[in-house]
Amino acid sequence: MSCPDPVFEAPWHAQLFALTVHLHAQGTFDWPAWTEAFGATLAEHRLSGDLNGGDDYFTAWLATLERLLDANNMAPPAAVEATRDAWKQAYLSTPHGDPVRLS
Amino acid sequence: MPHDTHDHPHALLPPDPALRVRALETILTEKGLIDPAALDEIIDTYEHKIGPQNGAKVVAKMWTDPAFREAMLTDPMPLLDEMGFYGRQGEHMVIVENTPQVHNVVVCTLCSCYPWPLLGIPPGWYKSDAYRARVVREPRAVLAEFGVTVPADKKVRVWDSTAEIRYLVVPERPAGTEGMTVAELEKLVSRNSMIGTALATEPTT
Repeated sequence: MSCPDPVFEAPWHAQLFALTVHLHAQGTFDWPAWTEAFGATLAEHRLSGDLNGGDDYFTAWLATLERLLDANNMAPPAAVEATRDAWKQAYLSTPHGDPVRLS
Repeated sequence: MPHDTHDHPHALLPPDPALRVRALETILTEKGLIDPAALDEIIDTYEHKIGPQNGAKVVAKMWTDPAFREAMLTDPMPLLDEMGFYGRQGEHMVIVENTPQVHNVVVCTLCSCYPWPLLGIPPGWYKSDAYRARVVREPRAVLAEFGVTVPADKKVRVWDSTAEIRYLVVPERPAGTEGMTVAELEKLVSRNSMIGTALATEPTT
């Protein structure tokens, strides 16, 4: 216990985890529905090789959340792609050290 | 971690999944469906307030307080609630006790269900396919890889978590700890010992 592992390996793991927990708390989905959907994604992703429980685990988590948010029309894929591209552009056009914001 | 030099002309581009998570947050925030401040609070809670130290408190108290132990084994929820360890993904806890006859170990074969209020966020290996698939098939071999050798005459029981039911293993109290305080005992209870992939730490003399 003297040298505990970091709780989240990457900041986006933490963001994704928090987003999911928050959506669940708001009643967007119940937890059994989440685990069932997540289990199915993990099984799919496993077809291309064993998952190590790190990045690949949260990649499957993200795919599950995107699917659920698409299914209930909260975040359609086209909007996600467009907003993702906008964030990418924002990062590429913001001088290093400045806070990155969507224009 | 991204390197931290200052010769980048622009802000360091996060990996694609990070941008996608950002995009979801943006869309849901703009629609008024989520509160970004709530997300920060959740992260802070899981990074700083919830972790195996909670489970260790339960275990050490069970070692030292027979009435509490009895209650935890039969109906743990009221007392966990009282201790402040009730919460999401810990609504239906089952406490399983290691004995000289039985060693318990916990897995989630479906995804990675885990008793968050008592142990925090699961470690990478708990979420790996290697652990999730193998501990059911050959628990003794997996435990041996963790450095836990279970004698042949001791049973190994594997508990598969579900979306509803989560398990906490109570490791056996090590010998030579009779005079220790509850606070000292808590330090002997590691995260892995409460999953079942370790024993309680022997006290240093």
